[in-house]
Amino acid sequence: MRNVLPILTVVAVLLGVWYLAVAPMNFRLALDAATRGGADVTPATPDEQGQTGLIRLMLDNPSVMPAALSFERPRLPQPQAVVVEIYENTIGLARNCEWQGFGGERDNWSPLSDGCLRVIENRRSLIFHAWQTLAPTLLGFAIGTGLGVLLAVGIVYNRTMDLSVMPWAIASQTIPILAIAPMVIVVLNAVGIQGLLPKSLISSYLSFFPVVVGMVKGLRSPGAMDLDLLRTYSASGAQEFWKLRLPSSLPYLFASLKIGIAAALVGTIVAELPTGARFGLGSRLLTGSYYGQTVQIWAALFMAAICAALLVWLIGAVEKRTLTRLGLVR
Amino acid sequence: MSQDTVIKAEGLNLVFETNDGPVHALKDVDLEIDKGEFVSFIGPSGCGKTTFLRCIAALETPTGGGLSVNGMTPDEARRNRAYGYVFQAAGLYPWRTIAGNIKLPLEIMGYSRADQESRVKNVLELVDLEGFGKKYPWQLSGGMQQRASIARALAFDADILLMDEPFGALDEIVRDHLNEQLLQLWARTNKTIGFVTHSIPEAVYLSTKIVVMSPRPGRITDIIDSPLPKERPLDIRDTPEFLEIAHRVREGLRAGHAYDD
Repeated sequence: MRNVLPILTVVAVLLGVWYLAVAPMNFRLALDAATRGGADVTPATPDEQGQTGLIRLMLDNPSVMPAALSFERPRLPQPQAVVVEIYENTIGLARNCEWQGFGGERDNWSPLSDGCLRVIENRRSLIFHAWQTLAPTLLGFAIGTGLGVLLAVGIVYNRTMDLSVMPWAIASQTIPILAIAPMVIVVLNAVGIQGLLPKSLISSYLSFFPVVVGMVKGLRSPGAMDLDLLRTYSASGAQEFWKLRLPSSLPYLFASLKIGIAAALVGTIVAELPTGARFGLGSRLLTGSYYGQTVQIWAALFMAAICAALLVWLIGAVEKRTLTRLGLVR
Repeated sequence: MSQDTVIKAEGLNLVFETNDGPVHALKDVDLEIDKGEFVSFIGPSGCGKTTFLRCIAALETPTGGGLSVNGMTPDEARRNRAYGYVFQAAGLYPWRTIAGNIKLPLEIMGYSRADQESRVKNVLELVDLEGFGKKYPWQLSGGMQQRASIARALAFDADILLMDEPFGALDEIVRDHLNEQLLQLWARTNKTIGFVTHSIPEAVYLSTKIVVMSPRPGRITDIIDSPLPKERPLDIRDTPEFLEIAHRVREGLRAGHAYDD
């Protein structure tokens, strides 16, 4: 509970900045609308307004201020508009579904009812889109982690791989993922692979790297004395790996997994952007920007942030459990 | 080579090739260690005492001369589990309990589960750590951790115990206590012990044979057979015999430094 106050303080500051920015961001749009609606504004014509500074306009037209704050298609929506959007496209939708589709009582709503579960299939719901993004993220994360661990083992045990793989792994991360994503999708599509896998591959492309770096460091973390000890027992290479190197690397692995899963989520969303994906948080971002639906964009962004936070928290929980069981956390 | 000789070095040489040219870590080392002896190696840094111990353990390979352990090459001796090695730091795996750490060599060497359990119980008793098997290393003091690492070296019945400054990082009081316990353990198990140390009183108190070494090149300057009885209370360190041996060790160390600046 000690952490709550600092977190709330930061959230409050961010919200404050957000609220302060809403009026200036939307004021010109609101003023335009007011001018077209024939309201009494100074200066009176759009041309003159364009040549006047924003602060001047705001000071001269206080009557437009309420409209600017609650503008319908704003450049920057108010925070509560985003919250309402998220609610309506998740829980609200579930309640409506049940109410409309099944004739049930609106007050008898339960989170495990059919209506609620249907939200996962409902294409309007953010939960549906979040799951469309999460599924490839999890698969991509699994692929990336597996690949990363394998590469790290190769790099630690094979001198040729040590010299050859690491530079390529680093080079791979310098290429903009946005440039590669469409090509991967197109190429895979040409050989008949569609759906989950192409997105997953792009997401694993981002998530394997931190795992490689962390695992190489972790597998190399045992000191000369630890290795000498095993030599005095004439231990085999496999015994050295399972009894010393792998357990030593676990704290490093978990640190990498936290970065990796966040990167995997970013990778999936990025994979959805340039490929015209119809589902997923990335597609919500894209359609939102096509149609100027900033509220929709913000809602998708927040949903992505919530997903990332949950994933990182999940890894953290597994980490704590594992390391405590291994006696590595006191 | 007498019937009882366990370790025998003849004209042993070890030269490390470094960027600054060759370093003569060991030069013409001749030494015989008999079964059941407690041999200390003492000398300043760089005199090759740890290197010699590592040669016996086959952790370093000599570049010249002969070295046999139990009548075999060091490599063969290691594969035959001839020795247990205790390092300067306890080196316990933090993710294993004390019992788990002691089981490590037993698992690697393929002892049965039941055998492992009984051996862990035995050696924990031997080093006075009964009841600590389920603890993790960080829950133990430095001295207790080092005792656990000795227990780990004893667990698989090697006849030779090689100890590389095992108490170097501990304070004087703990060290005295552990020295006393080590002598008791030696008396009970009748192992041959090779013990590297910086401390003259420690060497004299523990050993039946003290090997004085000096650096550049690393070599033996004196070998002292201790006349002290096997039964040694701590206050034996105030007797004239003890002080006389300590004096001779100090002289040997000084002689080794004679042509240093």
